[in-house]
Amino acid sequence: MTDERIERVTMPKWGLSMQTGKLTEWLVAEGDVITSGDDLAEIDTDKIAGTLESSWAGVLRKFVAEVGDDVPVGGTIAVIAPPEVPDAEIDTLVEQAREEIASGAIEDAGGPVAGSVEVGGRNIRYTSLGSVSPAEADPVVLVHGYGGDGDSWLFVQEPLSAERTAYTIDLPGHGASTKEVGDGSLRMLADTVLGFLDALELERAHLVGHSLGGAIVTAVAAAAPERVASLSLIAPAGFGDQINADYLRGFASAGSRRELKPHLTALFADPAQATRKLADDLMKFKRLDGVDKALSTLLGTLLAGDAPGIDAATLLEQVTAPLAVVWGRADQVLPVANAEALAGRVEVRVLEAAGHMAHMEQPAEVVAEVRRAIGGG
Amino acid sequence: MARTISYREALNEALRQEMHRDSSVIVMGEDNAGGAGAPGADDAWGGVLGVTKGLYHEFPGRVLDTPISESAFVGAAIGAATRGMRPVAELMFIDFMGVCFDQIFNQAAKFRYMFGGKAVTPVVIRTMYGAGLRAAAQHSQSLYPIFTTVPGLKVVVPSSPYEAKGLLAQAIRDDDPVIFCEHKAMYDAVGEVPEESYTIPFGEANIVREGEDVTIVAFGRMVSVAAQAADELAASGVQADVLDPRTTSPLDTESILESVENTGRLVVVDEATPRCNLATDVAALVAKEAFGALRAPIEMVTAPHTPVPFSDALEDLYIPDAQRVVNATKSVVQWQR
Repeated sequence: MTDERIERVTMPKWGLSMQTGKLTEWLVAEGDVITSGDDLAEIDTDKIAGTLESSWAGVLRKFVAEVGDDVPVGGTIAVIAPPEVPDAEIDTLVEQAREEIASGAIEDAGGPVAGSVEVGGRNIRYTSLGSVSPAEADPVVLVHGYGGDGDSWLFVQEPLSAERTAYTIDLPGHGASTKEVGDGSLRMLADTVLGFLDALELERAHLVGHSLGGAIVTAVAAAAPERVASLSLIAPAGFGDQINADYLRGFASAGSRRELKPHLTALFADPAQATRKLADDLMKFKRLDGVDKALSTLLGTLLAGDAPGIDAATLLEQVTAPLAVVWGRADQVLPVANAEALAGRVEVRVLEAAGHMAHMEQPAEVVAEVRRAIGGG
Repeated sequence: MARTISYREALNEALRQEMHRDSSVIVMGEDNAGGAGAPGADDAWGGVLGVTKGLYHEFPGRVLDTPISESAFVGAAIGAATRGMRPVAELMFIDFMGVCFDQIFNQAAKFRYMFGGKAVTPVVIRTMYGAGLRAAAQHSQSLYPIFTTVPGLKVVVPSSPYEAKGLLAQAIRDDDPVIFCEHKAMYDAVGEVPEESYTIPFGEANIVREGEDVTIVAFGRMVSVAAQAADELAASGVQADVLDPRTTSPLDTESILESVENTGRLVVVDEATPRCNLATDVAALVAKEAFGALRAPIEMVTAPHTPVPFSDALEDLYIPDAQRVVNATKSVVQWQR
C-alpha cells in the first residue's frame, strides 16, 4: 500500500495525439516546497515545447525522470510528499514508478475525451477534460481561431480542467468537424457555439476565444448573455483596424509546406515554434476535401479588402459578463495596437514574450487571465 | 486523426471514396472481384491483394474482372480514359508490365502531346513492386525507374498508409496517366489516416526527419528504412534530413537541392537495381546543380545489379536495410579529402 500522503507528479497529456513527453529541464530542485501553480518542468512533445505547471502542493522529495527521458503520458516523473514521510517509502515508490515506465505498463488515461454532436446540420467535433461535472461548476469552452483546431488549446485545457470541465470544439471548416461552412458569417459561427452548448445541455459556460474565436465568443455573449458566465479574449479579431491580410491570404492559399512555412513564423514571437510538425499537421488539414473552400469563405468574413471585416467592439458594448483580454506584444497577425480599442473597457494584459499564439507561447499567463475572468474579472 | 489503418485499407478507402465522389471512376483487372479461387461474385478476397475488397457489391457494374491478358485490359483502360472514364486498372505485378509497354509508353503517355493537348488520359495503373516476399525474380522487381524515364507518365511510390490514400485520390483525379507503385511488403503496414477524403499533390517531397548533417533521399518502402537509419544515426550524434519525394515523376528537385545546399552531403536509397535508377538520377541532379555545396562524395544504397534471388538468405542480403544506410551515411559524414 502506498502512503496516501505521497503524490505522484505525472506526465501531462497535452492534446489527443500526445503519447509521450521528453523532460528537457527541471525548474525546481529536490527538496523544494511546491505550491499549486509553480512551474515544475519544461517538456517537449512532438508538437511543441511547454511548461508543466504544478497542480500539486508539498515537498518535491525525489525526481523519477531525468532530463532527456521520454516518459509516457500518465507516467510518474517526480514524487511529492510532506517531510514526515520516510525516505525509504519514497525510494520504494520511485523504484516502482521507474519499473512502470520501463515495462510500458502506463495506461494512457486522463487525457481529453473526444466526441461529436450535430449542430445546424454539421458534425461538430469536441473534446472534454475534467472530472468536475458541469452541474457543479460552469464549464469552460475554448474556441480556436482561423485555420486552427481544438488541439491549439493543449497547454490551456489541462490546467483549467482542474476546477471545471474544459471543452474544446472544432469550428465548422476546421479540425474534424464538417468542412462545409455555408456563408461563413460570424452569425453562423456564433450560432454553432450556442448550438454546441444546447446539444451538450450546458446552461451557462465560461467562454474563451482566440483570434476569430474571440470575435465568435463575443458575438455569443452579445446574443445570449444569460448563457455566458465570463468572457476571455486572446488576441481577438474584430477590435481595432489593423489586420495582417497578407498572412491570412498566404495561409489560405498555401498549397505546400514550402509555401506555408514562412507564414507560420508570423504566428509566434519565437519563430522556432513554427516547427516542421506544425507545418505538416496544417498541411494534412489543408489537403482535406472542402478545406480550401471553407478557408476562402471564412477569409471573406475576416477581411473587407485589406481591412478587418468583423466589428466585435460594437458587440462587446452589449456584454456585461466579466471580461479578460490577453494580447501578445509580438503579435504579427492582429497587432497589439488593436488593444487600444478596448482601453476604456478593460485592462488588457500584454504578454511580452508572445506572438499571436499567446496561449501556446505563454499558456500559464493566459490561464491566469482566464481564471481572473472566471473569478469575476 | 487518431485512427490507425493499414496501407491496404488506406488504398481501399481511397478507391471507395473516389468511386462515391465520381461515377466515372471504374476498377478493372484480374480477380478484382474474387480472387484466389473464389468466384468473382462472392467477392471473397477483393483481388489477390485484397485492395478492392467490398467494391464489387457496393458499386454494381463498376468493378470489372478481366481475362488474364494484361495487354488487353490495360489497353481497354487507356481507351476508356480517352473517352471520359477514370479507370483504375490493377496489374498485379509490375514485372508483367512488359507485355503492355506499347499501350503505356506509346499510347497513354503520348495522347496529350500528339493530339495538341485536346486528349487527356486519366488512367491509373496500380501495380505491386519490390522484393522480400520470396516471390523470386519474375515477381519481385522494383521497375518504377523505367516508367520515370518516359515523359507523359506520372509515377507514384507511396511510403505509408497516409501517403497511399492521398496519393491514390490525387492519381484518380489527375488528368494524366499515372503508374501507382505499391510495395508488396507494405500492405499490412499501419499508420494514422484521416477518415475524410484528401489529396496529396504530386511533386512535393515529404520531410520525414529533419537534420543538418546529411541528406538522405529514399523512395517507397526505403523511406521507412531510411527513417530507421536516421533514428540510429541520431543516437550517435548524426542528424539526417530524410526526404521522401513521394513521386519519381514529377520529382521535387527543389526540396532535394535545398536540403543538400544545407547539409552538403547526400545519400540516396533506392530498392531498384543500380543502373539508371532513382539513385543515379538524384545523384546526377545534385552533382550538376549543387556541386558547390557538396562536402563529400555522394553515396548510393541500392540493390545489386542482379535478378532478385530465390534463396531466402540471398534475397535478404539483396534488399537495402537500415544498417547499410547507416554505414553509407557514416562514410559520407566522416569523409575527408
